[in-house]
Amino acid sequence: MPLIEFDSVSHAYAVSGGERTVLSDVSVSLTEHRIGVIGANGSGKSTFARMVNALVVPRAGKVRVDGLDTGREARAIRRRVGFCFTDPDAQIVMPTVAEDVAFGLRRHRLTKQEVAARVDAALEAYGLQEHRDHPAHLLSGGQKQLLALASVLVTDPDVVVMDEPTTLLDLVNARRVRDVVASLRQQVILVTHHLDLLDDFDRVLVFHDARLRFDGSPHEAVAAYQRLVL
Amino acid sequence: MSALAVYVHRDSVVHRLPAGAKLLLLVAAAVATLRLSRPWHVALALAIVALLHLAARIPWRTAVAQVRPLVWFLGALAAFQAVVAGWEKAVVVVGGMLALVQLAALVSLTTPTTAIVDVVVRCARPLRRLGVDPERLGLLVALGIRSVAVVIELARDVRQAQLARGAASSPLAFIVPLVVRSLRHADRLADALVARGVDD
Repeated sequence: MPLIEFDSVSHAYAVSGGERTVLSDVSVSLTEHRIGVIGANGSGKSTFARMVNALVVPRAGKVRVDGLDTGREARAIRRRVGFCFTDPDAQIVMPTVAEDVAFGLRRHRLTKQEVAARVDAALEAYGLQEHRDHPAHLLSGGQKQLLALASVLVTDPDVVVMDEPTTLLDLVNARRVRDVVASLRQQVILVTHHLDLLDDFDRVLVFHDARLRFDGSPHEAVAAYQRLVL
Repeated sequence: MSALAVYVHRDSVVHRLPAGAKLLLLVAAAVATLRLSRPWHVALALAIVALLHLAARIPWRTAVAQVRPLVWFLGALAAFQAVVAGWEKAVVVVGGMLALVQLAALVSLTTPTTAIVDVVVRCARPLRRLGVDPERLGLLVALGIRSVAVVIELARDVRQAQLARGAASSPLAFIVPLVVRSLRHADRLADALVARGVDD
């Protein structure tokens, strides 16, 4: 699995009348297959996830993915790290399902036949084949999230970061996404409020007030999280 | 399943025509529309467009849905033309516009967005010398087509929220949240585009 390193990372956003610290002195190395990230709203977990994909570059400290610095090699990192957002609507770029999956492959120097084959395989894998030519915005919430996942996974990244992918989904669709996550060979970093999704994860990080407050097994992490917020 | 100007998959001769040829024909039709001067010209143009829809096997509901957002505009234009220039001119102007919009919609309904984008990218290649990135221009077209559906959806959500809160008659209560939501969507989309490697 790739090595993801956070070295004394701090970050703050400008707000009216000052700054709001969203991450404070976070240091952690991640090599496990499946890593969960939990914490209350505003605890810094989404910023943490975005830093892995170089969507956010820290003000202080370094984030490295297999030795690549997110501050200097963002493009190379984004080719290796896929990112799934909470709201799939904001992630869907093309009007139809198949076109959106193909969008991520446009600069992979593949022939049309190769693109078509990879798109078909991705749609088949995530149960979207029958919707391939349908307008993407007419899919259900669960299908949209599966489309967002398929669009990321078709590029075959080494790491998949997911920021609360099940927050907008019902129970059935949340389980479908969970099953997809469980089947991934890639390293997965999953930010979630659905604690049951993390049952068989290798490691779970707990964020609270911009700090990494716990790092351990899912069972211990959930208990630590509950102690912090309840 | 259908939506405004979004590709409808069918096996038809219209679908099989190359995207570049369809776009060229559309431009030619736009020029020809300027030459329409009699109501029977318009009737002929509309008949040809209807036949093309039939050949493309586009359901009539889908075809009608493409011009529904323009009904009020076309109605007002027809009334204005009828008063100012007479009913014949009103039929020619509004009918010609209707035929052209329906034809443009037919191109969108029968051509995958990626094929349209490819044509735009090919045509824009000479502009590279002027610093224009053809790939970005193509992406702009794709996002434009996609955004129609997004804004319609946002507008529907805002309208429902407005009704639920009893602010049914306030245009401001509609426009402000729609603009705010659209900007928020644009912000998130920008993040998603970066995450999906658009700046490669």
